[in-house]
Amino acid sequence: MSDLTRRTVLKAAGATLGASAFAAAIAPLTQWQPAESVDEFLRRHYKELTAEDLAAICRRIEADTKVSHGIDVHVAAPQPMPGVQFGYALNLSICVGCRRCAEACHQENNHDRTSHNSYIRVFELDNGSIDLATGDATYDHPVPAKGKYYMPVQCHQCDNAPCVKVCPVEATWKEQDGIVVVDYNWCIGCRYCEAACPYHARRFNWKKPEIRPEEINPDQGYLSNRVRPQGVMEKCTFCLHRTREGRLPACLEACPTGARVFGNLADPNSDIRWVLANKRVFILKDDLGTKPRFFYFFDK
Amino acid sequence: MRQPDPKNRTSADLDQFHQGLQIAHGTNTCLSCHDAGNYDSLKLADGRKVAFEDSIELCSQCHGPQRRDYDRGAHGGMNGYWDLTRGGRVRNTCIDCHDAHVPKYQSVHPAPHAHDRFQNGAAHE
Repeated sequence: MSDLTRRTVLKAAGATLGASAFAAAIAPLTQWQPAESVDEFLRRHYKELTAEDLAAICRRIEADTKVSHGIDVHVAAPQPMPGVQFGYALNLSICVGCRRCAEACHQENNHDRTSHNSYIRVFELDNGSIDLATGDATYDHPVPAKGKYYMPVQCHQCDNAPCVKVCPVEATWKEQDGIVVVDYNWCIGCRYCEAACPYHARRFNWKKPEIRPEEINPDQGYLSNRVRPQGVMEKCTFCLHRTREGRLPACLEACPTGARVFGNLADPNSDIRWVLANKRVFILKDDLGTKPRFFYFFDK
Repeated sequence: MRQPDPKNRTSADLDQFHQGLQIAHGTNTCLSCHDAGNYDSLKLADGRKVAFEDSIELCSQCHGPQRRDYDRGAHGGMNGYWDLTRGGRVRNTCIDCHDAHVPKYQSVHPAPHAHDRFQNGAAHE
Protein backbone atom coordinates (compact mmCIF):
# COMPACT_ATOMS: atom_id res chain seq x y z
CA MET A 1 0.00 0.00 0.00
CA SER A 2 3.01 2.21 0.34
CA ASP A 3 2.82 3.17 -3.36
CA LEU A 4 -0.66 4.68 -2.90
CA THR A 5 0.73 8.17 -2.61
CA ARG A 6 -1.15 11.43 -2.56
CA ARG A 7 0.10 11.98 -6.12
CA THR A 8 -1.33 8.68 -7.36
CA VAL A 9 -4.71 9.34 -5.80
CA LEU A 10 -4.92 12.82 -7.29
CA LYS A 11 -3.95 11.52 -10.71
CA ALA A 12 -6.61 8.84 -10.55
CA ALA A 13 -9.26 11.31 -9.40
CA GLY A 14 -8.24 13.77 -12.09
CA ALA A 15 -8.44 11.10 -14.73
CA THR A 16 -11.91 10.07 -13.54
CA LEU A 17 -13.13 13.65 -13.56
CA GLY A 18 -11.64 14.19 -16.98
CA ALA A 19 -13.29 11.08 -18.32
CA SER A 20 -16.69 12.01 -16.92
CA ALA A 21 -16.41 15.55 -18.27
CA PHE A 22 -15.57 14.11 -21.65
CA ALA A 23 -18.52 11.73 -21.39
CA ALA A 24 -20.83 14.66 -20.59
CA ALA A 25 -19.41 16.66 -23.48
CA ILE A 26 -20.07 13.92 -25.99
CA ALA A 27 -23.45 12.99 -24.50
CA PRO A 28 -25.30 14.43 -27.52
CA LEU A 29 -23.49 11.89 -29.65
CA THR A 30 -24.97 9.07 -27.60
CA GLN A 31 -28.45 10.40 -28.42
CA TRP A 32 -27.68 10.38 -32.12
CA GLN A 33 -30.55 8.69 -33.89
CA PRO A 34 -29.68 6.40 -36.79
CA ALA A 35 -32.15 8.43 -38.90
CA GLU A 36 -30.10 11.58 -38.31
CA SER A 37 -27.38 12.16 -40.85
CA VAL A 38 -23.95 13.64 -40.19
CA ASP A 39 -25.07 16.77 -42.02
CA GLU A 40 -28.02 17.11 -39.66
CA PHE A 41 -25.75 16.76 -36.65
CA LEU A 42 -23.11 19.21 -37.84
CA ARG A 43 -25.58 21.93 -38.77
CA ARG A 44 -24.80 25.43 -39.90
CA HIS A 45 -26.88 28.48 -39.01
CA TYR A 46 -30.00 28.99 -41.15
CA LYS A 47 -28.65 32.26 -42.52
CA GLU A 48 -25.49 30.54 -43.76
CA LEU A 49 -27.41 27.99 -45.80
CA THR A 50 -27.65 28.33 -49.56
CA ALA A 51 -30.94 27.74 -51.34
CA GLU A 52 -29.59 24.32 -52.35
CA ASP A 53 -28.64 23.48 -48.75
CA LEU A 54 -32.09 24.50 -47.58
CA ALA A 55 -33.82 22.43 -50.25
CA ALA A 56 -31.71 19.41 -49.31
CA ILE A 57 -32.56 19.88 -45.63
CA CYS A 58 -36.27 20.11 -46.42
CA ARG A 59 -36.06 16.85 -48.41
CA ARG A 60 -34.24 15.23 -45.49
CA ILE A 61 -36.93 16.33 -43.01
CA GLU A 62 -39.55 14.88 -45.37
CA ALA A 63 -37.66 11.58 -45.46
CA ASP A 64 -37.22 11.59 -41.67
CA THR A 65 -40.94 12.23 -41.18
CA LYS A 66 -41.69 9.30 -43.46
CA VAL A 67 -39.59 7.11 -41.19
CA SER A 68 -40.80 8.53 -37.87
CA HIS A 69 -44.51 8.98 -38.65
CA GLY A 70 -45.02 7.00 -41.84
CA ILE A 71 -46.59 9.91 -43.72
CA ASP A 72 -45.73 12.07 -46.71
CA VAL A 73 -45.28 15.74 -45.89
CA HIS A 74 -44.10 18.68 -47.95
CA VAL A 75 -41.59 20.95 -46.23
CA ALA A 76 -40.88 24.28 -47.93
CA ALA A 77 -38.73 27.23 -46.99
CA PRO A 78 -40.62 30.18 -48.50
CA GLN A 79 -38.61 33.41 -48.42
CA PRO A 80 -39.89 36.93 -47.61
CA MET A 81 -41.71 38.49 -50.55
CA PRO A 82 -40.05 41.69 -51.86
CA GLY A 83 -42.02 44.81 -50.90
CA VAL A 84 -44.17 43.01 -48.33
CA GLN A 85 -44.32 44.04 -44.67
CA PHE A 86 -46.81 41.90 -42.81
CA GLY A 87 -49.25 43.38 -40.33
CA TYR A 88 -52.25 42.09 -38.44
CA ALA A 89 -55.17 43.86 -36.77
CA LEU A 90 -57.90 42.49 -34.55
CA ASN A 91 -61.31 44.04 -33.96
CA LEU A 92 -62.16 43.87 -30.26
CA SER A 93 -65.66 45.19 -30.99
CA ILE A 94 -66.71 42.04 -32.81
CA CYS A 95 -64.52 39.25 -31.40
CA VAL A 96 -66.90 36.90 -29.54
CA GLY A 97 -64.23 34.78 -27.83
CA CYS A 98 -65.18 31.53 -29.59
CA ARG A 99 -61.52 30.45 -29.70
CA ARG A 100 -61.90 29.13 -33.25
CA CYS A 101 -58.66 30.98 -34.09
CA ALA A 102 -56.75 29.18 -31.34
CA GLU A 103 -58.17 25.85 -32.48
CA ALA A 104 -57.24 26.52 -36.13
CA CYS A 105 -53.71 27.42 -35.00
CA HIS A 106 -53.54 24.19 -33.00
CA GLN A 107 -54.29 22.14 -36.09
CA GLU A 108 -52.51 24.19 -38.74
CA ASN A 109 -49.26 24.37 -36.82
CA ASN A 110 -49.02 20.73 -35.74
CA HIS A 111 -49.18 21.49 -32.04
CA ASP A 112 -48.90 18.89 -29.32
CA ARG A 113 -52.35 17.33 -28.93
CA THR A 114 -52.00 16.38 -25.26
CA SER A 115 -51.48 19.97 -24.07
CA HIS A 116 -53.81 21.36 -26.77
CA ASN A 117 -51.16 23.99 -27.38
CA SER A 118 -51.81 27.03 -29.55
CA TYR A 119 -49.94 30.24 -30.36
CA ILE A 120 -53.12 32.16 -29.55
CA ARG A 121 -54.41 32.74 -26.03
CA VAL A 122 -57.84 34.36 -25.73
CA PHE A 123 -58.43 36.40 -22.60
CA GLU A 124 -61.90 37.04 -21.26
CA LEU A 125 -61.89 40.47 -19.63
CA ASP A 126 -64.44 42.65 -17.85
CA ASN A 127 -65.85 45.41 -20.00
CA GLY A 128 -63.85 48.55 -19.33
CA SER A 129 -60.77 46.73 -18.02
CA ILE A 130 -57.53 46.12 -19.82
CA ASP A 131 -55.69 44.52 -16.93
CA LEU A 132 -54.55 41.21 -18.44
CA ALA A 133 -53.72 39.90 -14.96
CA THR A 134 -57.47 39.72 -14.32
CA GLY A 135 -58.08 38.01 -17.65
CA ASP A 136 -59.31 34.44 -17.80
CA ALA A 137 -57.87 32.31 -20.61
CA THR A 138 -59.55 29.05 -19.55
CA TYR A 139 -63.21 30.12 -19.61
CA ASP A 140 -65.55 27.34 -20.62
CA HIS A 141 -69.07 28.72 -21.00
CA PRO A 142 -71.12 30.04 -23.92
CA VAL A 143 -69.67 33.22 -25.39
CA PRO A 144 -69.91 36.14 -25.61
CA ALA A 145 -70.76 36.31 -21.90
CA LYS A 146 -72.59 39.34 -20.54
CA GLY A 147 -70.33 42.14 -19.35
CA LYS A 148 -67.22 40.58 -20.92
CA TYR A 149 -65.06 41.20 -23.93
CA TYR A 150 -62.41 39.01 -25.51
CA MET A 151 -58.81 39.71 -26.39
CA PRO A 152 -56.88 37.10 -28.37
CA VAL A 153 -53.12 37.49 -27.83
CA GLN A 154 -50.45 36.00 -30.06
CA CYS A 155 -46.98 36.99 -31.25
CA HIS A 156 -46.90 40.69 -32.08
CA GLN A 157 -43.90 40.28 -34.45
CA CYS A 158 -42.31 43.32 -32.77
CA ASP A 159 -39.94 45.51 -34.76
CA ASN A 160 -38.05 46.03 -31.51
CA ALA A 161 -38.36 42.47 -30.30
CA PRO A 162 -37.09 41.70 -26.77
CA CYS A 163 -37.10 37.97 -27.52
CA VAL A 164 -34.59 38.41 -30.36
CA LYS A 165 -32.28 40.55 -28.24
CA VAL A 166 -31.97 38.03 -25.42
CA CYS A 167 -31.24 34.96 -27.51
CA PRO A 168 -27.64 33.98 -26.69
CA VAL A 169 -27.14 31.96 -29.88
CA GLU A 170 -29.05 33.95 -32.53
CA ALA A 171 -31.49 31.10 -33.00
CA THR A 172 -34.32 33.62 -33.36
CA TRP A 173 -34.36 36.70 -35.56
CA LYS A 174 -36.57 39.06 -37.52
CA GLU A 175 -37.02 38.41 -41.22
CA GLN A 176 -37.27 41.05 -43.97
CA ASP A 177 -41.08 40.89 -44.03
CA GLY A 178 -41.30 41.49 -40.29
CA ILE A 179 -41.86 37.94 -39.06
CA VAL A 180 -39.84 36.79 -36.06
CA VAL A 181 -38.75 33.21 -36.63
CA VAL A 182 -36.97 30.42 -34.74
CA ASP A 183 -34.56 27.89 -36.23
CA TYR A 184 -35.59 24.83 -34.24
CA ASN A 185 -32.28 23.16 -35.04
CA TRP A 186 -30.24 26.06 -33.68
CA CYS A 187 -32.28 26.79 -30.53
CA ILE A 188 -30.68 25.54 -27.31
CA GLY A 189 -33.90 25.75 -25.30
CA CYS A 190 -32.72 28.24 -22.66
CA ARG A 191 -36.16 29.93 -22.70
CA TYR A 192 -34.70 33.45 -22.24
CA CYS A 193 -36.96 34.57 -25.10
CA GLU A 194 -40.02 33.16 -23.37
CA ALA A 195 -39.17 35.19 -20.28
CA ALA A 196 -38.41 38.33 -22.30
CA CYS A 197 -41.67 38.40 -24.29
CA PRO A 198 -44.17 40.80 -22.68
CA TYR A 199 -47.04 39.11 -24.56
CA HIS A 200 -46.32 35.56 -23.37
CA ALA A 201 -46.31 34.61 -27.01
CA ARG A 202 -43.59 31.97 -26.99
CA ARG A 203 -44.05 28.32 -26.15
CA PHE A 204 -41.53 25.69 -25.09
CA ASN A 205 -41.62 22.07 -26.18
CA TRP A 206 -41.26 20.32 -22.86
CA LYS A 207 -41.60 17.06 -24.71
CA LYS A 208 -41.75 15.90 -28.28
CA PRO A 209 -45.14 17.06 -29.64
CA GLU A 210 -47.56 14.14 -29.86
CA ILE A 211 -49.82 14.11 -32.90
CA ARG A 212 -51.44 11.17 -34.60
CA PRO A 213 -49.88 10.81 -38.07
CA GLU A 214 -53.23 11.18 -39.82
CA GLU A 215 -53.77 14.54 -38.06
CA ILE A 216 -50.44 16.07 -39.10
CA ASN A 217 -50.79 18.99 -41.49
CA PRO A 218 -48.52 17.94 -44.39
CA ASP A 219 -48.22 21.52 -45.73
CA GLN A 220 -45.19 22.56 -43.70
CA GLY A 221 -42.61 25.32 -43.49
CA TYR A 222 -39.04 24.91 -42.28
CA LEU A 223 -39.30 28.02 -40.07
CA SER A 224 -42.94 27.50 -39.12
CA ASN A 225 -45.18 24.48 -38.65
CA ARG A 226 -42.97 21.45 -39.23
CA VAL A 227 -43.15 19.10 -36.28
CA ARG A 228 -40.83 20.48 -33.64
CA PRO A 229 -38.23 18.52 -31.70
CA GLN A 230 -38.24 18.36 -27.91
CA GLY A 231 -36.52 21.13 -25.96
CA VAL A 232 -36.90 24.04 -28.36
CA MET A 233 -38.93 27.25 -28.44
CA GLU A 234 -41.72 27.86 -30.90
CA LYS A 235 -43.97 30.80 -31.74
CA CYS A 236 -46.56 32.24 -34.10
CA THR A 237 -45.08 33.00 -37.52
CA PHE A 238 -48.24 34.55 -39.04
CA CYS A 239 -48.41 31.12 -40.79
CA LEU A 240 -45.52 32.12 -43.05
CA HIS A 241 -45.80 28.86 -45.01
CA ARG A 242 -49.21 30.19 -46.11
CA THR A 243 -48.81 33.96 -46.04
CA ARG A 244 -45.56 34.03 -48.03
CA GLU A 245 -47.55 32.35 -50.79
CA GLY A 246 -50.20 35.07 -50.62
CA ARG A 247 -52.68 33.06 -48.56
CA LEU A 248 -54.41 34.21 -45.39
CA PRO A 249 -53.28 32.89 -41.99
CA ALA A 250 -55.24 29.93 -40.58
CA CYS A 251 -56.53 31.91 -37.58
CA LEU A 252 -58.07 34.52 -39.86
CA GLU A 253 -59.82 31.93 -42.02
CA ALA A 254 -61.25 30.30 -38.90
CA CYS A 255 -62.65 33.55 -37.48
CA PRO A 256 -66.44 33.48 -37.95
CA THR A 257 -66.94 37.19 -37.29
CA GLY A 258 -64.27 38.78 -39.45
CA ALA A 259 -62.55 40.29 -36.43
CA ARG A 260 -59.15 39.64 -38.01
CA VAL A 261 -57.57 41.75 -40.75
CA PHE A 262 -54.26 40.68 -42.29
CA GLY A 263 -52.18 42.18 -45.05
CA ASN A 264 -49.27 44.16 -46.38
CA LEU A 265 -48.46 47.32 -44.42
CA ALA A 266 -46.33 48.53 -47.34
CA ASP A 267 -49.35 48.59 -49.67
CA PRO A 268 -51.29 51.85 -49.08
CA ASN A 269 -54.43 50.29 -50.61
CA SER A 270 -54.45 47.21 -48.38
CA ASP A 271 -57.29 46.44 -45.98
CA ILE A 272 -54.97 46.63 -43.01
CA ARG A 273 -53.82 50.13 -43.97
CA TRP A 274 -57.47 51.19 -44.23
CA VAL A 275 -58.12 49.84 -40.73
CA LEU A 276 -55.09 51.61 -39.25
CA ALA A 277 -56.09 54.87 -40.92
CA ASN A 278 -59.83 54.77 -40.17
CA LYS A 279 -60.39 52.85 -36.95
CA ARG A 280 -59.64 53.56 -33.31
CA VAL A 281 -56.41 51.56 -32.99
CA PHE A 282 -54.37 50.71 -29.94
CA ILE A 283 -51.15 48.83 -29.30
CA LEU A 284 -50.94 46.42 -26.40
CA LYS A 285 -48.27 47.50 -23.89
CA ASP A 286 -47.31 50.40 -26.14
CA ASP A 287 -45.23 51.86 -23.31
CA LEU A 288 -42.68 49.05 -23.60
CA GLY A 289 -41.55 50.33 -26.99
CA THR A 290 -41.71 46.91 -28.64
CA LYS A 291 -43.17 48.36 -31.86
CA PRO A 292 -45.54 45.50 -32.66
CA ARG A 293 -46.90 44.51 -36.08
CA PHE A 294 -50.10 43.42 -34.34
CA PHE A 295 -52.80 45.99 -33.62
CA TYR A 296 -56.13 46.03 -31.81
CA PHE A 297 -59.00 48.23 -32.92
CA PHE A 298 -62.58 49.18 -32.14
CA ASP A 299 -65.54 49.97 -34.39
CA LYS A 300 -66.70 52.90 -32.28
CA MET B 1 -104.40 31.51 -53.78
CA ARG B 2 -104.77 34.03 -50.98
CA GLN B 3 -103.61 37.56 -51.47
CA PRO B 4 -100.89 38.95 -49.16
CA ASP B 5 -102.31 41.09 -46.35
CA PRO B 6 -100.00 44.02 -45.70
CA LYS B 7 -101.63 44.54 -42.30
CA ASN B 8 -99.89 41.39 -41.02
CA ARG B 9 -96.88 42.67 -39.13
CA THR B 10 -95.56 39.65 -37.24
CA SER B 11 -95.87 35.89 -37.36
CA ALA B 12 -98.45 36.11 -34.58
CA ASP B 13 -100.86 37.73 -37.06
CA LEU B 14 -100.76 34.70 -39.37
CA ASP B 15 -103.19 31.79 -39.42
CA GLN B 16 -101.25 29.69 -41.95
CA PHE B 17 -97.55 29.07 -42.58
CA HIS B 18 -94.71 30.79 -40.72
CA GLN B 19 -96.70 30.79 -37.50
CA GLY B 20 -94.28 30.93 -34.60
CA LEU B 21 -91.47 32.22 -36.80
CA GLN B 22 -89.31 34.24 -34.47
CA ILE B 23 -88.63 37.77 -35.56
CA ALA B 24 -86.37 40.05 -33.54
CA HIS B 25 -85.12 42.59 -35.99
CA GLY B 26 -86.00 46.09 -34.83
CA THR B 27 -89.36 47.30 -36.05
CA ASN B 28 -89.11 45.54 -39.40
CA THR B 29 -92.13 43.65 -40.65
CA CYS B 30 -92.31 40.92 -43.31
CA LEU B 31 -92.85 43.42 -46.09
CA SER B 32 -89.88 45.55 -45.05
CA CYS B 33 -87.76 43.08 -46.99
CA HIS B 34 -90.08 40.62 -48.75
CA ASP B 35 -91.85 41.76 -51.90
CA ALA B 36 -95.63 41.95 -51.38
CA GLY B 37 -96.18 40.96 -55.02
CA ASN B 38 -93.96 37.90 -54.68
CA TYR B 39 -92.95 36.73 -51.23
CA ASP B 40 -90.22 34.58 -52.78
CA SER B 41 -88.35 37.70 -53.74
CA LEU B 42 -86.78 40.58 -51.84
CA LYS B 43 -87.09 44.28 -52.45
CA LEU B 44 -85.27 47.43 -51.50
CA ALA B 45 -87.06 50.32 -49.79
CA ASP B 46 -87.47 52.02 -53.16
CA GLY B 47 -89.23 48.97 -54.60
CA ARG B 48 -86.37 47.59 -56.71
CA LYS B 49 -86.15 43.80 -56.57
CA VAL B 50 -83.16 42.07 -55.02
CA ALA B 51 -82.17 38.44 -55.63
CA PHE B 52 -81.63 36.35 -52.49
CA GLU B 53 -77.92 35.98 -53.32
CA ASP B 54 -77.62 39.79 -53.32
CA SER B 55 -79.34 40.22 -49.96
CA ILE B 56 -76.33 42.21 -48.71
CA GLU B 57 -77.71 45.13 -50.74
CA LEU B 58 -80.92 44.93 -48.71
CA CYS B 59 -79.10 44.81 -45.36
CA SER B 60 -76.83 47.70 -46.39
CA GLN B 61 -79.80 50.08 -46.57
CA CYS B 62 -79.72 50.32 -42.77
CA HIS B 63 -76.33 48.90 -41.81
CA GLY B 64 -74.04 51.29 -43.64
CA PRO B 65 -71.05 51.19 -41.29
CA GLN B 66 -71.00 47.38 -41.41
CA ARG B 67 -71.17 47.50 -45.21
CA ARG B 68 -68.31 50.00 -45.34
CA ASP B 69 -66.22 47.76 -43.08
CA TYR B 70 -67.19 44.69 -45.08
CA ASP B 71 -66.02 46.31 -48.30
CA ARG B 72 -62.64 46.97 -46.65
CA GLY B 73 -62.28 43.42 -45.32
CA ALA B 74 -62.86 44.51 -41.72
CA HIS B 75 -66.20 42.78 -41.10
CA GLY B 76 -67.30 39.26 -41.97
CA GLY B 77 -65.04 36.24 -42.25
CA MET B 78 -63.24 35.15 -45.38
CA ASN B 79 -61.05 32.46 -46.90
CA GLY B 80 -58.37 32.54 -49.56
CA TYR B 81 -55.66 35.08 -50.32
CA TRP B 82 -54.54 38.35 -48.78
CA ASP B 83 -52.55 38.92 -51.99
CA LEU B 84 -55.29 39.28 -54.57
CA THR B 85 -52.75 39.13 -57.42
CA ARG B 86 -52.18 35.48 -56.49
CA GLY B 87 -55.69 34.27 -55.81
CA GLY B 88 -59.22 35.19 -54.79
CA ARG B 89 -61.21 35.25 -51.60
CA VAL B 90 -64.43 33.62 -50.57
CA ARG B 91 -66.32 36.13 -48.46
CA ASN B 92 -69.10 35.36 -46.02
CA THR B 93 -72.18 37.43 -46.60
CA CYS B 94 -74.42 38.86 -43.89
CA ILE B 95 -76.73 35.86 -43.64
CA ASP B 96 -73.88 33.35 -43.26
CA CYS B 97 -73.52 34.62 -39.70
CA HIS B 98 -76.73 36.56 -39.00
CA ASP B 99 -80.22 35.09 -39.26
CA ALA B 100 -82.14 37.76 -41.17
CA HIS B 101 -85.14 37.32 -38.85
CA VAL B 102 -83.11 37.23 -35.59
CA PRO B 103 -79.88 38.95 -36.57
CA LYS B 104 -78.20 39.12 -33.16
CA TYR B 105 -75.04 36.98 -33.26
CA GLN B 106 -75.94 33.89 -31.26
CA SER B 107 -73.76 32.69 -28.43
CA VAL B 108 -71.58 29.66 -29.07
CA HIS B 109 -69.54 27.30 -26.96
CA PRO B 110 -65.83 28.08 -27.28
CA ALA B 111 -63.31 25.62 -28.71
CA PRO B 112 -61.11 23.89 -26.09
CA HIS B 113 -58.41 25.94 -24.41
CA ALA B 114 -54.76 24.92 -24.07
CA HIS B 115 -53.47 23.46 -20.83
CA ASP B 116 -50.45 25.63 -20.38
CA ARG B 117 -48.61 26.67 -17.31
CA PHE B 118 -49.41 30.36 -17.31
CA GLN B 119 -53.15 30.23 -17.41
CA ASN B 120 -55.26 31.13 -14.41
CA GLY B 121 -52.20 31.63 -12.25
CA ALA B 122 -51.49 27.91 -12.20
CA ALA B 123 -47.81 28.52 -12.82
CA HIS B 124 -46.53 25.29 -11.31
CA GLU B 125 -49.11 22.67 -12.07
